[in-house]
Amino acid sequence: MIKITEHPLNPENITATVYDDNAGGVSVFIGTVRSSTRDKKVIRLEFETYLNMAIKEIEKIIEEAKQKWPILHMTIHHRIGKLTIGEIAVVIAVSSSHRKEAFAACQYAIDTLKQTVPIWKKEIFEDGEEWVSAHP
Amino acid sequence: MDLKILLFGITRDIIGDHSFTIRLNEGGYVGDLKKYLYAEYPEMKKLRSLLIAVNNEYAPDDLRLSEKDEIALIPPVSGG
Repeated sequence: MIKITEHPLNPENITATVYDDNAGGVSVFIGTVRSSTRDKKVIRLEFETYLNMAIKEIEKIIEEAKQKWPILHMTIHHRIGKLTIGEIAVVIAVSSSHRKEAFAACQYAIDTLKQTVPIWKKEIFEDGEEWVSAHP
Repeated sequence: MDLKILLFGITRDIIGDHSFTIRLNEGGYVGDLKKYLYAEYPEMKKLRSLLIAVNNEYAPDDLRLSEKDEIALIPPVSGG
């Protein structure tokens, strides 16, 4: 299951979507907004997306994870819009028969999402703003 | 041919709009579009990367463009 939304994410509800009687474990990654970056105080983050393409790229991640590991279910929800410190930006939940595959697939999903999914975040500081990773 | 280009993230700030239209020779390639952008907007050359999406897929430089394509500039992504 995939969702990109402006509404707050609920990790418990998202995790519930991958429960399965054949699962021996569920691995969940929760990405949250940090209060500082490179020693600068962050006030908030603003996320935007190219929605149709982002959904497609997330679909690819889930398909590839299912080919690489014998996982049962994977759900990825990403928040967009304005987020303040401590809020949840992304939740990835994976279930599998054994924990090793769930951990591996979860790590693969967040690492790949950060490289391929067209979502951008801007850091808003007290004295300016910056698109994350835009410049070398 | 006139191509409508969707803009996101820092490319929207550089050009100052959510989309813009450029005129490219009929049968032009993704690589031609990039060359045009780098020449017209030097700020784009300073980015860590600049990819072009055509119809919601990352496109190689040798892909031909047509007016029917949905084209978007994809500056370095930073989700998660």
